[in-house]
Amino acid sequence: MAMSGIEIFKLLPKTNCKKCGQPTCLAFAMKLAQRQVSIDACPDVSEESRQKLSDASTPPIRMVTFGVGDRAIKMGEETVLFRHEKKYYHPCAISVEIKDTMTDEEISKTVADILDSDIERVGQRLRIDAVFLNNTSNDKVRFRDVVKLVSEKASGLPLILSTDKPDIADEALKSVADTKPLLYGVTKDNLESMCDIAKRYKIPVGIIADGLEEMSQLTERLKAKGILDMVIDTKPRSAKEILTHNTLIRRAAIKKGMRSLGYPIITFAQRDDDVIETLIASLGIIKYSSILVLSNVRPYKNLALFTLRQNIYTDPQVPMQVEQKIYKIGEPTDTSPLIVTTNFSLTYFIVSGEIENSKVPTRLAILDCEGLSVLTAWAAGKFTASRIANFIKESGIENELSRKEVIIPGYVAMLSGAIEDKLPGWKVTVGPREANALPAFLKAWNG
Amino acid sequence: MGSTLPLETYPGKVNEVTIGSQKIVSIGGENTLPFHSFEGNVPNKPVIAYEIQDVPPDDWHETLLSAYGDVTKDPVKWAQYCEQTLKADAIAIRLVGTHPDNQNKSPEHAAQVVRDVLSGITIPLIILGSNSIEKDAQVLVSASNAAKGYNCAIGKAQEGNYKTIVAAALANNHNLIAMSELDVNLSKQLNILITQMGFDKERIIIDPMCSALGYGLEYSFSVMERIRLAALTQNDVVVQQPMLGDVGMYVWKVKEAQALQSDMPRWGDQRMRGILWEAVTAATLMLSGAELLIMRHPDAVEKIKSFIDDLI
Repeated sequence: MAMSGIEIFKLLPKTNCKKCGQPTCLAFAMKLAQRQVSIDACPDVSEESRQKLSDASTPPIRMVTFGVGDRAIKMGEETVLFRHEKKYYHPCAISVEIKDTMTDEEISKTVADILDSDIERVGQRLRIDAVFLNNTSNDKVRFRDVVKLVSEKASGLPLILSTDKPDIADEALKSVADTKPLLYGVTKDNLESMCDIAKRYKIPVGIIADGLEEMSQLTERLKAKGILDMVIDTKPRSAKEILTHNTLIRRAAIKKGMRSLGYPIITFAQRDDDVIETLIASLGIIKYSSILVLSNVRPYKNLALFTLRQNIYTDPQVPMQVEQKIYKIGEPTDTSPLIVTTNFSLTYFIVSGEIENSKVPTRLAILDCEGLSVLTAWAAGKFTASRIANFIKESGIENELSRKEVIIPGYVAMLSGAIEDKLPGWKVTVGPREANALPAFLKAWNG
Repeated sequence: MGSTLPLETYPGKVNEVTIGSQKIVSIGGENTLPFHSFEGNVPNKPVIAYEIQDVPPDDWHETLLSAYGDVTKDPVKWAQYCEQTLKADAIAIRLVGTHPDNQNKSPEHAAQVVRDVLSGITIPLIILGSNSIEKDAQVLVSASNAAKGYNCAIGKAQEGNYKTIVAAALANNHNLIAMSELDVNLSKQLNILITQMGFDKERIIIDPMCSALGYGLEYSFSVMERIRLAALTQNDVVVQQPMLGDVGMYVWKVKEAQALQSDMPRWGDQRMRGILWEAVTAATLMLSGAELLIMRHPDAVEKIKSFIDDLI
């Protein structure tokens, strides 16, 4: 668990010798607490203190990665149970299951769907992150061939190989080990030989155990064999069990400092019904899963899950922003309305949504106000008459309009005179305070 | 490890609120986080109320309208369809027709519709204004009078109009929905103002304001979590009320729920997308503490109910 600067200070020599480059031991302790320096900079710290500090600086949930290159997936390193306390760190990876009992055609189609799953939302590129290859056939050659087929068709896409047979795993890994797949299928019965394989190929593993108690014993056994990169599956079946297991695992790791459960969680969301599957996956995203396995690729399902993941993993301290520019909604002409507001993503979404509802083609000028909403941005001096006027001027929008009129949010009605002064030839109109009054306002403006 | 499982108990408890007079529903009553029955007592499941309106909806998506057919033209038939065919546990009537920008219907109209609907159903009724601060102060008073004796939930009482609505709920013995805008302290403050008028804090339902998936859902989620944590861990009696997620209204106006696949080919089938958008929004709010959900699409309601059963 993270220690405060004062707690760290108590473990230091307190000689203020400056050998670490800091003026005092206290200053050094403060830098350590913020992870800006390493304890190695102190030549005189005792071995016991060093051990304590190194334990304290290890994150309560281990970071585990699989895949290579820019699509590599990082998991773990979470530090809180509730997202308002601090940002959730590594967004839950979403994978889709491919069974080796499917035909090559079906497999190729699913892979193509996965590769084509990209959706752009608030400047982020969202997509299926990985593929979960299941050795349902129990056939060594078939699995090897399917792994090969998928890795060729989807080069760079991180793989999870699911089998509990060491010889099948070994055979399949020969062709793909350098892509650092995750080998899912370590149990108490195959632990020895699976560990040997994981060590030989230097890959992370997925452990399956019946419940939390058996899991914490298994992870300790793997750790003793030198394997640290693990993801865990305690086999929850119902939504209730997923919520219970995931909550207790996260709590044990973060609040009790229990290292034996401090690993990322893999959750199986596959259900017969698409909506229920999406709800189970949503539960995983909200409650602490690091990898989800879905049964198929459906654009509507992806859109909902990607969006939920983006919402839940947003930094609660940093507002989401959209890019500064003039957005066209519908097909505005030279006499269509022009509305200006701030670049807080919620403001943008809600205002643009209401403009769409109005069915009045409109230009929406979004001014970069560092993600603040209208009143906050005004109070912070970022949504001012001169910034608005400059933005309109520099955008060159004047050349596209015959009706030079800009609509400002009702909350900043007091700016209208000043903007008119700075924008000669323009009319400034005060719009409604709340976006939900925009449809009525725009229809009236148009008429 | 069994004995070292990190179970937690909390000093606080959520109030239990009961709505209805013939058939009744109870929400809240738990002394633990949402669905944490592994470490606490969760006596009631979240309740879903079907949303209906006093006038035929003019802004509902075809996907919604086609799920109901002709009954949306008559609030009584609509309510009966929800109770008898859809097996609804509760109904929420939104008096949108009274809004000055809508049909500006009179408070007397609202009272008549409420009276008619109540005599046509046996399940609990939630009565919602049109979210016009001034008009709701009149409409909800007459609707509340008309529903005297039915133990409804009425709302939403907001900072700008709570006095008359609280007085009407008090006089007619209804539960009250108190709405504030996405802020723990605003919610506390409104509850204090309401209880200072002599209204029983155990008959309030908090609406911390809903947002749709992708449109600020994370704000609603975290405000609900913080309200619930204050209720349980700090035993803060001011915010120990059950919470409302007014889901359908917020979901069905966003682009992701409405846009046709022909316009947004990468987003997939519109009907499934709309249902998912409503179900995922409802599930997220339930997991952060909402016990009463107002929803629109019958398929989304059905899936959320089976999800609740899987969580219990």
